[in-house]
Amino acid sequence: MQLLANVLIDGLAYGMVLFIIAVGLSVTLGLMRFVNLAHGAFAMIGGYAAALLTREAQWSFWIAVPVAVAATAALGAVLEALVLRHLYRRTELEQVLFTIGLSFFLIALTNALAGPQVQLIVLPPLLAQSVDLGFRTLPAQRLLVIAAGLVVAAAAAWTVTRTRFGIWLRAAVDHPDTAATLGIPIRTVQCASFAAGAALAGLGGVLGAELMPLEPYYALKYLVLVLVVVAVGGMGSLPGSLLAAVSLGIVETASKYLASDWGGLFFFLAMALLLAWRPNGLLKR
Amino acid sequence: MSTDSSAPRVAPAWRAPLVVIAIGSIAWWALPDQLGLLTRIAITALFVLSLDLVVGIAGLATLGHAALFGAGAYAAGLFALKASGEPLIGLAVGAGAGALLALASGAFLLRYHGFTFLMLTVAVAQIAASLAQKARDWTGGDDGLSGFTMGPLLGRFAFDLEGRTAALYAIAVLALGLYVARRVVDSPFGLAVRGIHESRARMAALGTPVLRRLLAMYTLAGALAGAAGALSAQTNAIVGLDSLSFALSAEALVMLILGGAGRLHGALIGAVVFTLLHHTAASINPYHWLFIIGAALMVVVLLPPQKAWGWLRSRLGTKA
Repeated sequence: MQLLANVLIDGLAYGMVLFIIAVGLSVTLGLMRFVNLAHGAFAMIGGYAAALLTREAQWSFWIAVPVAVAATAALGAVLEALVLRHLYRRTELEQVLFTIGLSFFLIALTNALAGPQVQLIVLPPLLAQSVDLGFRTLPAQRLLVIAAGLVVAAAAAWTVTRTRFGIWLRAAVDHPDTAATLGIPIRTVQCASFAAGAALAGLGGVLGAELMPLEPYYALKYLVLVLVVVAVGGMGSLPGSLLAAVSLGIVETASKYLASDWGGLFFFLAMALLLAWRPNGLLKR
Repeated sequence: MSTDSSAPRVAPAWRAPLVVIAIGSIAWWALPDQLGLLTRIAITALFVLSLDLVVGIAGLATLGHAALFGAGAYAAGLFALKASGEPLIGLAVGAGAGALLALASGAFLLRYHGFTFLMLTVAVAQIAASLAQKARDWTGGDDGLSGFTMGPLLGRFAFDLEGRTAALYAIAVLALGLYVARRVVDSPFGLAVRGIHESRARMAALGTPVLRRLLAMYTLAGALAGAAGALSAQTNAIVGLDSLSFALSAEALVMLILGGAGRLHGALIGAVVFTLLHHTAASINPYHWLFIIGAALMVVVLLPPQKAWGWLRSRLGTKA
């Protein structure tokens, strides 16, 4: 019983981290049809920025994190505006190659600037303490991760379905020319969505730093996990991504607790079965 | 695609393999210190060639090709360890293992398309890697499979320490693989697969059994990848878990695109250029290598080779 509760809570936290990183990728991949394999690098940059600001510059966690997220968003916006938008109409393979190359480049740059060691984010006392839930104590940071995941899910769903920006985004994706004719600023919409996705990846990188240690190869190491979440959840489907992230997070955590010497076997087995059952995403028949 | 049936302008299938043997022999004779590198280039080229059959010819983007390479490598290693050190039979065993895994996984994978297919190929390769890591008794797990010795090639040419036999052996197998691949691609079967690449629906309407043709091509590619894995096992006398890794699949794809997919010789050029670059840059610092390959990938996409050649040609043309 105790074990089950542990697996569920840690799996939930892990899944939420995967979800926060995957949201941006799901939007760019599913709604904008752009295969961005540099998404893991955005998460890494967000995490590194937060680590450097809290540790080297001695900033408070609560200031450093928004600044790190904003920096990632700015980087995403600049990259989109300068280079990536020219690749929207290229083939998927070319997008894959370019963004993989970008990831390699950012990995090498990160290593050159910060060195190969694992970066730690200094947590404020409030998050470093543990919280007693009655049946077990839990680091407060885990609770923040779970809460942040829920907030991101709600905010993203609300933005895409209920706001004018969401309507613009869907219009710009479905019929770019028609949308432009109707006066929708599609360049701004694309750039802003991309930046928002990068910002969320950065947030995920910060929040997930305890579960996925920040090191230069981060950008590729966890990319596969995030891609799996997007594929299983269905591209562009936010509820699907949330469901996929949480269930795969629980599977991964359970296999770490119960069968650690099997490596990633159960994670990928679960993924293969889920994809074989619902090839277009969990919530799409 | 220049598949106009009224004027088939196909180079004889033996030409490219002869070129490979000629260049390989010259390199073998001229660079006796670099035989290990030469062997590695030949093996990598065979692996990328097999990937070209899947990605370039059949149009199936895969990131799990290392599973087939690793299957061949472990099969050949185990065969040498448990049964016999005869290299050619080991090569056949490796190719058979690659083909078998391709047949079994392809029957499941090929039902899916696009991104789903891509992610499922990743899953298959990762599952294979986890199983190899877990089955320590058979594969040696993280330590790798070693302790086997190879018998002499054709009963006469022993594998020497300098790798003279190994290099010629790898080049010969590469040339044979290239010949087979060229013959298959130019055959009616190869044309059907290329047709499926361009339009599944039309080929199905013409009466081509799409799934069976793709599965046959995938199995053939599995045999070539397995042969490459077997070569790697036999010439290095060790099989590591990295022969099943995601990095190997991704690197092979990068090589293929660098050289140009769908034309077979592009696979060889990409493998040679990539391996040489890797060898030089990584000996300085592994992270330099990432800078170079990352920049190279971005440049290749922004300035595609065909476009760059065309631009160069038009410039030269106007000057002349």
